[in-house]
Amino acid sequence: MSIPSPTVVSRDISTIVALRGVEKDFANGVRALDHLDLDVKAGEFVSVLGPSGCGKSTALRIIAGLSPPTVGAVEWPGGPVPIGFVFQEPTLMPWADISGNVQLPLKLAGNVDPMAVAQALDRVGLKNFAQSYPRELSGGMKMRASIARALVTEPQLILMDEPFASLDEITRFKLNNDLLALWRDLGRTVIFVTHSVFESVYLSQRIVVMTPRPGRVFTQIAIDAPYPRDELFRTSPEYGAFCRRVAEALGKAMAGGVA
Amino acid sequence: MSARALRVGLPIVVLALVVFCWDLLVRAFAIPPYVLPSPGLVLATLIADAGLLWRSLLVTLTLTFEGFLLAAVGGILLAIAFNQWRLVDYSLYPYAVILQVTPIVAIAPLLLIYLPQPLAVLVCAWIVAFFPVLANTTLGLNSVDHNLLALFELYKASRWQVLWNLKLPSALPQMLTGLRIAGGLSLIGAVVAEIAAGSAGAGSGLAYRIAESGYRLNIPRMFAALLLLSLAGVAIFFALSAISYLALRRWHESAIDRER
Repeated sequence: MSIPSPTVVSRDISTIVALRGVEKDFANGVRALDHLDLDVKAGEFVSVLGPSGCGKSTALRIIAGLSPPTVGAVEWPGGPVPIGFVFQEPTLMPWADISGNVQLPLKLAGNVDPMAVAQALDRVGLKNFAQSYPRELSGGMKMRASIARALVTEPQLILMDEPFASLDEITRFKLNNDLLALWRDLGRTVIFVTHSVFESVYLSQRIVVMTPRPGRVFTQIAIDAPYPRDELFRTSPEYGAFCRRVAEALGKAMAGGVA
Repeated sequence: MSARALRVGLPIVVLALVVFCWDLLVRAFAIPPYVLPSPGLVLATLIADAGLLWRSLLVTLTLTFEGFLLAAVGGILLAIAFNQWRLVDYSLYPYAVILQVTPIVAIAPLLLIYLPQPLAVLVCAWIVAFFPVLANTTLGLNSVDHNLLALFELYKASRWQVLWNLKLPSALPQMLTGLRIAGGLSLIGAVVAEIAAGSAGAGSGLAYRIAESGYRLNIPRMFAALLLLSLAGVAIFFALSAISYLALRRWHESAIDRER
């Protein structure tokens, strides 16, 4: 069985973060990740695609420092960078209003900056909802607030763990577009975990397809369609062809076959 | 009629009916007041003995309130200690349970031997009231959203930042439930201790008045004192419910009306 090794193993400064031979065993004996190698370049939009239980969320948590790898290392060639994390759920504090939620990372760092909060809310289109409580907002708006909170510290690297999985399709498309616009405007690096072939093709420059149980990189596919991408791209034959390629790769990864 | 009017109106109708039947019963069978006083007589006694009963009420309420405060502070602080240091939890939790499950009526006479009466009453009020605060607050502190904990960890929040900004607000609904239960229980604890002290005590709490009136066959005063006690209990319940509502009305589902 020949699993292709990840393409890039160079160590230039443009790599913002790299996983080197990362393995993760949980206390119950389950091996979540098995020798994972992954390089992410500064400014890149990378999606990690795989079925549920393939360890893609675990990989994201390891990059964020929320979970230590059992074996292997997370390398930061240019030194550690500030990170923003968006969870699968909005994960807002119900007792605080939206502005209080977005402000949290600054408050914990001891430098409350109302301007930064206002700017972050403006970027995600929630300017008029600063005083609202999470329960008063729709699922999509809560997710926007969650993204604003991740942006408020001006992080270099934004990690997103299936952030739109629980949203309806219309809202998801809208947030996909807004996320791409933000990524273009801000020029940050995004690692986006998803189980949706269509979402990953639409958003990313590169898709990392993972195998389930244990998780490892099966193959990587470059999506070299130009940005800005919009509804025209979403309905183009080119998009369809990419989706077919990625879906085939995912199918093989799940069957444990050869790329 | 609106649901709100029904909720207020129906209990009043029931009360009026009960009082009316009670009065009817006393008149129809000419029941003597030392067996069952009429509602009118109870009310008259309440007014006639107002000064005495009021002073007694204040004594009981003061001790209840002090017991409640100690239980609230002690219960919350101990819950925080349990949450922060597992060894404290392991060491003390069994004894908190033992204090709770041992009937207070059985502990009260013992306390009265070792402590001056007001202090014994206070300790009784504290013992029964503190466990629900402890148990509920502990549950709340341990039920924090794991993703929010991860978020705080990501931003390198200190342990005290996590406690102050995440765990305590998150535990507030459970904590308030504990306090609401504790309010009623501290009154019960105080009354039990006063009754246990009985006529031997020098105290003059409302429960002591009930016991004393019983010995003297002053049944109308017994009823009047009992009425005051239960009114005090109701007042405590409503006060704590109001505090709970005010604290949670902006965000917690329990305090928000469902819209249809």
